[in-house]
Amino acid sequence: MEKGKGVVGRRWAIDFNESSSLSLRDIPDPPGYARASQDQDDSTVTRKKDAESNWKSEKAWEVAMAPVKNLLMMAFMMWMAGSTVHLFSIGITFSALWQPISALQGVGKVFEPYKDSKVDILTPKLLFIALNMAGLGLGVWKLNTLGLLPTHASDWVSSLPPAQEVEYAGGFYR
Amino acid sequence: MEIRVLILLLLPLLLISLFVPNPTVALYEDQVGLMDWHYKYIGKVKHAVFHTQKAGRKRVVVSTEENVIASLDLRRGDIFWRHVLGKNDVIDAIDIAMGKYVISLSSKGSVLRAWNLPDGQMVWESFLQGSTLSKSFFSAPLNLKIDKDNVVLVFGKGCIHAVSCIDGEILWKNELSSESSDIQHVFQPLGSDLIYAVGFITSSKLVIYQINAKNGDLLKQSTVDFPGGFSGDLSLVSTDTLIALDSTQSKLVKISLVNGETSLLPSDIADLIDGFSGMASLLPSKLTGMLAIKINSYIVFVRVSGEDRLEVVEKINYPAAVSNSLSLLEGHYAIGLVQRSGNKIHLTVKLDSDWNSDMIKESIELGHQRGIAEKVFINDYIRTDRSPGFRALIVMEDHSLLLLQQGEIVWSREDGLASIMDTTTSELPVEKAGVSVSKVEHNLFEWLKGHILKLKGTLMLANSDDIVAIQEMRLKSSEKNKMTRDHNGFRKLLIVLTKAGKVYALHSGDGRVVWSLLLPSFRMSNTCHHPTALSIYQWQVPHHHAMDENPSVLVVGWCGFSLDSPGILSFVDSYTGKELYSSSLTHSIAQVIPLPFTDSTEQRLHLLIDADGLAHLYPRTDEAIKIFQRELPNTYWYSIDGEKGIIRGYGLQYSCLPGITDEYCFGAKELWSIVFPSESEKIIATTTRKLNEIVHTQAKVLADQDVMYKYISQNLLFVATVAPKAAGEIGSANPEESWLVAYLIDSITGRILHRVTHPACQGPVHAVFSENWVVYHYFNLRAHRYEMSVIEIYDQSRADNKDVLKLMIGKHNLTSPVSAYSRPEVIVKSQSYFFTHSVKAIAVSLTAKGITSKQLLIGTIGDQVLALDKRYVDPRRSINPTPSEKEEGIIPLTDSLPIIPQSYVTHSLQVEGLRGILSVPAKLESTSLLFAYGVDLFFTRIAPSRTYDSLTEDFSYALLLITIVALVASIFVTWVLSEKKELREKWRVLLLFLFHPVDSY
Repeated sequence: MEKGKGVVGRRWAIDFNESSSLSLRDIPDPPGYARASQDQDDSTVTRKKDAESNWKSEKAWEVAMAPVKNLLMMAFMMWMAGSTVHLFSIGITFSALWQPISALQGVGKVFEPYKDSKVDILTPKLLFIALNMAGLGLGVWKLNTLGLLPTHASDWVSSLPPAQEVEYAGGFYR
Repeated sequence: MEIRVLILLLLPLLLISLFVPNPTVALYEDQVGLMDWHYKYIGKVKHAVFHTQKAGRKRVVVSTEENVIASLDLRRGDIFWRHVLGKNDVIDAIDIAMGKYVISLSSKGSVLRAWNLPDGQMVWESFLQGSTLSKSFFSAPLNLKIDKDNVVLVFGKGCIHAVSCIDGEILWKNELSSESSDIQHVFQPLGSDLIYAVGFITSSKLVIYQINAKNGDLLKQSTVDFPGGFSGDLSLVSTDTLIALDSTQSKLVKISLVNGETSLLPSDIADLIDGFSGMASLLPSKLTGMLAIKINSYIVFVRVSGEDRLEVVEKINYPAAVSNSLSLLEGHYAIGLVQRSGNKIHLTVKLDSDWNSDMIKESIELGHQRGIAEKVFINDYIRTDRSPGFRALIVMEDHSLLLLQQGEIVWSREDGLASIMDTTTSELPVEKAGVSVSKVEHNLFEWLKGHILKLKGTLMLANSDDIVAIQEMRLKSSEKNKMTRDHNGFRKLLIVLTKAGKVYALHSGDGRVVWSLLLPSFRMSNTCHHPTALSIYQWQVPHHHAMDENPSVLVVGWCGFSLDSPGILSFVDSYTGKELYSSSLTHSIAQVIPLPFTDSTEQRLHLLIDADGLAHLYPRTDEAIKIFQRELPNTYWYSIDGEKGIIRGYGLQYSCLPGITDEYCFGAKELWSIVFPSESEKIIATTTRKLNEIVHTQAKVLADQDVMYKYISQNLLFVATVAPKAAGEIGSANPEESWLVAYLIDSITGRILHRVTHPACQGPVHAVFSENWVVYHYFNLRAHRYEMSVIEIYDQSRADNKDVLKLMIGKHNLTSPVSAYSRPEVIVKSQSYFFTHSVKAIAVSLTAKGITSKQLLIGTIGDQVLALDKRYVDPRRSINPTPSEKEEGIIPLTDSLPIIPQSYVTHSLQVEGLRGILSVPAKLESTSLLFAYGVDLFFTRIAPSRTYDSLTEDFSYALLLITIVALVASIFVTWVLSEKKELREKWRVLLLFLFHPVDSY
């Protein structure tokens, strides 16, 4: 180990940048451990890569299917919440709306780790989006059953002012 | 849009209020007087009797034109006790008998009551029967006793009754009016057992009855003819002399009753008074040995002495009040006179025997707002220096009451406020930058003391004295009494017009009189002898661009009592209380129609319809005529002739009358008429919507998201008719021959939109119209109970506007102007309920934007105001409402409307003689101001759906502040702590790394 090279009066110093100082290559491998090296044969590499991509696509599908569980749970919660407007039902409905939206926003990031030239992540992505859309739909449907969506005529006319009258009459009793 | 957001925000609150089964608006005991006030009045005093015995409290008992008998404290003018008799129970006379009873005669001489003088409890009541209508009066002679009973001699309905003072038993009765005699005086000469009753049979015949005082036997009846005829005035000068006026009103006729013989002695007034011409009349004051004659603009006092001598003792200018003569010791009599000159009133008390010297002559400074003295009652007392003193109770032209003693006004009462004719409101001026609020707080010490007290109260450390002080402070809160506009619109000026033609501005905070004005144009003058003030309208309500101008009100009246007497208009500044200008009109005023247009100075256009059916436009400006001419084809008016049972609708035409070029005058052309058959229907009540009512929406949303469109029209007229036989009082007709018909009529086209008959029902009908519904109250003869019915009108032609897409993009014609000529298809829902009370007045709460649910304000027979939620009179109520209907707030149907004691807005108070209820919207949507008037005045704030848009009075701001501070502090502390922790963590990691270097891979 070369420490304090060229520095006068310093007892010790660590140079983190100098990787050579900590180079692992100088240290022999422990017995029984075979370091995978560049010069290993291609077949092993492809196998390894296949396994990895398989694993990745598996994972991607898993991720894509994840909202199903969520969906079922949400449906159950909504059923529990009932159809009257109160704090609980509003909270559940809004979380049911918020979860898919935030998931959809981060759809790229979710599938980032599984990105691979060989892995087809488009289909899981689409499935993921579709499932989240379904969740969103469920939320909107719930919102509607709570009567918070302006889908009825009454929602549009409830604050319509009375029509103006053309004529005016006053009168008296005698 | 803003409102929608508001609703969304308030939705939970509104829903909470919906689920509460009975939204009562009760107060806590310590909240009484915080936002309400109540003032007691008695009205214009007619008679006054002093009770100033040495022991006990000195008091004066008065009867008034509002049918009130009251006992007032002579020292302070407070009411000891008071009884408001019914509307038809007019008081004829009062007196004190036996020194402990107040006797009152009322209902045209048919009810005699005795009230206990100290506490006002009724002791007895006697109903006196009689057959004819006549003058009614009574006397309580001191010396007349029958079997040791003190006796009151009552004349009424053509009979003389002697009634025992002790228990009201009628001792004897004598019916005098065998012929149509008009008895003027009943009197008993001193020490005699005879009672004389003197009157006229015809205009030229005098009749004198002599009656035995012990048993009421008629001893003698004599008639005397007087060829000249009598005018009807008869004055009792002494127990054997009366003075009458002849029919030309230029001769005095002295009537002597000596030894049962009657002699008449006419003498010309011209002989007495130089330069007499015209007509004389006798003043009604009861003077002894004298009489007061009004001649043109003078009052002449004539002394009647000796055999046939009449001599003039004094001549004073006319507007003067003369008291009755007051008997003093040693057989003297005192007479009080009150005159006015400039802004002073002069009280003179004279002795009859020594007219030239005044017992008392006092001048009192009095502003112009009280007018002249109308009546004076005098009473004597012994001063501390043993000299005789007099106090005088004076009724002024504005019906106020003053007590004068030793040249000072001891107290005054604004009793004109007991007879309010009409009311309106005005905003207060906007707070200007220079006006500081702290001025109201006296000084820092007071301020600190107040806050310490409040703190004590909050921390529950206050003792009972402190609590009283805190309560007083809350009541006197300066905030509500400021003379500027407030953010919530709670502070307003209530402008009221009284029967005396006086306009008062009352502050809504505590009901004090801000200004008052006895309208100069409504005072008696040479051109107008009987001005009558009728109604008051908002003339100019400046907002937006005309902000610097003061608002003004229009007071409308007649110069006379009938419909065709010429009109008077007076314009009064609402802030200063000065009359801006007035005009005496050449035409009459049958009705004032405020139009929904204003000119550039925010003056509202008014149409005055005269008795001939011509319409006159005011203000008379070119601008007004330009505005009106545009709207003229769309302006209509109608008149309801209750006597003939005809409703007529008119349109306007440009020309007034042929040959008259008055561009402000418009003729009428009859467009329609509805004639009710006089043999089956008689109009007894009509009502329309209030012009200033604001309706928030035309749609009514049901729980299942369905929509019903309200039929909202300003031009709907509710008319109730009854069978002519059942037009009288309840019980005057059989159920079979009485019915009540309710109509809803469009007043533009005369179309009857709805008609419903209630069999076996009769009036009186009280109705209120609001939005698309009308509620009316009547009596059901079969059920022997009062009923209330509701009619709601919905527009069926709009019902198919249900396409959400079209509504979303605004492709609908729901808000486009509608004409009454486009035939509306209406459906009507109605329901009836029993209601326990009979009703004096009925109104509905109005709010600024019309979002808040409505309350019916019912003035009950007990003179209280009951707030009944409109949800109780909802025709959609059913016995078993579905869950969705329940969610909507529909109450299960019951046969009668509940009266929840907590929903009396007047809580424990009574607004005696309740006549009207006015609801004014505050700026705060949830709140409405309520002003109830009658003999008493009452004001409060009501919140029909509770104050969902503001924090309650007892909300703890301190707690809120402390919470916020605590939160901020804790945020800061945790932030500091977390920073520290983070730093520590970083150091820890670094140190770890330093001392335990590991492989990074």
